Amino acid sequence: MKNPADAPEYNPTELLICTAARLMPDSTTAFIGTGIPMLAASLAQKMHAPNLVTIFEFGGTGAIFEELPIAVGGECTFHRAIAATGICEVMEAAQRGFIEFGFIGGAQIDPYGNLNSTVIGDHDHPKVRLPGSGGGNDVGSFCWQTIAIMRQDRRRFIEKIDFITTPGYLNGPGAREAAGLPPGTGPYRVVSNLAVLGFHPKSKRMMLLATQPGVSVQEVIENTGFELALADRVEENPPPSAEELRILREEVDKFHLYI
Amino acid sequence: MDVIQSGMGKLIQPPDINAFREWNRKKPKGLVDKRMSEAEAVSRFIHDGDYIGTELYGTVRCPMSLVNEIVRQGKKDLRIVGQGVFELDILLAAGLIKELDLTYVGLEVYGVSNVFRREVESGRVETCVEWSNAAITWRLKAAAIGVPFLPMRSMLGTDTLKYSAAKVVCDPFTGDTLCLVPALILDVGLIHVHRADPYGNAQIDGISGFAAELGRASKTLIISAEEIVDCEDFRCHPDRTILPYYLVDAVIEAPFGSHPGEMCYQYRRDEAQIKEWVKASEDAATAKAYLYKYVYGIKDHQEYLGLIGKERLKWLREGVSDEEPGGCP
Repeated sequence: MKNPADAPEYNPTELLICTAARLMPDSTTAFIGTGIPMLAASLAQKMHAPNLVTIFEFGGTGAIFEELPIAVGGECTFHRAIAATGICEVMEAAQRGFIEFGFIGGAQIDPYGNLNSTVIGDHDHPKVRLPGSGGGNDVGSFCWQTIAIMRQDRRRFIEKIDFITTPGYLNGPGAREAAGLPPGTGPYRVVSNLAVLGFHPKSKRMMLLATQPGVSVQEVIENTGFELALADRVEENPPPSAEELRILREEVDKFHLYI
Repeated sequence: MDVIQSGMGKLIQPPDINAFREWNRKKPKGLVDKRMSEAEAVSRFIHDGDYIGTELYGTVRCPMSLVNEIVRQGKKDLRIVGQGVFELDILLAAGLIKELDLTYVGLEVYGVSNVFRREVESGRVETCVEWSNAAITWRLKAAAIGVPFLPMRSMLGTDTLKYSAAKVVCDPFTGDTLCLVPALILDVGLIHVHRADPYGNAQIDGISGFAAELGRASKTLIISAEEIVDCEDFRCHPDRTILPYYLVDAVIEAPFGSHPGEMCYQYRRDEAQIKEWVKASEDAATAKAYLYKYVYGIKDHQEYLGLIGKERLKWLREGVSDEEPGGCP
């Protein structure tokens, strides 16, 4: 991706990682899966959030990353951690309201932030069978604020997804509470290669908050398969800084497993 | 309690908590040496059509020496609880799975599982019932507690619930809407641990996943261990026992029993071997060829380790993997 003048170059994965990292404040808890969320958490720890408590669903709690885990049960998920427990401890903490942020993803997302990671096509005769919920449904149900990380195009951002694996705002305002999900929880942000999106406070539909560097509002709209609400003022996300990219490349993912 | 909604998925293994009590009452409580080979444990305790479960996540503490033996003996029509990576792929590739209670079947960093796609999209796996990770774990926990179900607050409002066998009810105490998940009592559970004694007492180092729950939810429990130690080691550190011996029916000594998966603090996962499988699994014929090379054509776990080679195992033990990702510089 080309940038103006002397700004450093970066690839789309690096952009997603840096954008997600900036959303993680210090001294809070975050439910982390493998891949981009983990890299973002590691970058956040090394930039502005040294006391970010990372929680992996198999039991690793409060790790300080030196190497990158490639599995959510791997040894790195509890390297110099506060506790190495089990899945019950983690899921129960989430259900009790202890986990602020949760990272999720999927093959499809709808305007209410519902995610599909189960099937494309009919469940019993699927065109493509995907892995299934894993902890996704639990993260989307229990965490106070969820952040979805996705690549954005008209096939992935669609009005009606084939299967609701993980709950967003379901079919609109009040639907989560009516279904019995813990009150006050739900999607907070969607980070994509094109934009940072939030949810309209009243309609609970996805809303464009900021474009990624060099991306126009029109491009975001064209790559969204549903009507997108626009914030009163759509910001432009600053590109990854030289410092963020240096830490990401030299410390977070020094063997370039992901970036 | 009013049922508001019932998931339309099949309850593959309906729980009978009273029969489970009777079963547990009859389980031998004596300190008996339960060591045996993988071949003996699988042939004695696993039957065609059984409901089985493995305890691991990803490639961590994968009971691979046991899974390979199940494949060698061709135990078929298995019903299985799926929260796995490598071991489920192998069982699926061998065509042994009929029904799945699943939460995640995939290859993590390597993406969607090729064999899972082939087996489900072709209809060879007859039943897929959806659950979340917490739902599966709390189903096992319900069995471990000895109650027929547990209430929980995820799955609600989603198709995951619709295609599960969970129920949505009105909480008789508060009037809130809750999801109930049925206890899951396994015919046979398989767990790979760091160390066990001959009677079946077991310790796990590092994170414990859902070993405590699955162990207690199993009618028959087969343990494989990196090393067998004396019972005295347990009596000196009783706080470290995650599975007491009376839960356990068979103890198998299986060094590198998780290979190509990892055992924390002992050896890392074999990235090259996993990549070889991922590549082979792209096509049914090459997947079968992999099974012939590493499972069908091999007598037992010792011969398997011989095929992998001492040098490679030494590297894994020393934390060195021969290639990226996960490799040391």
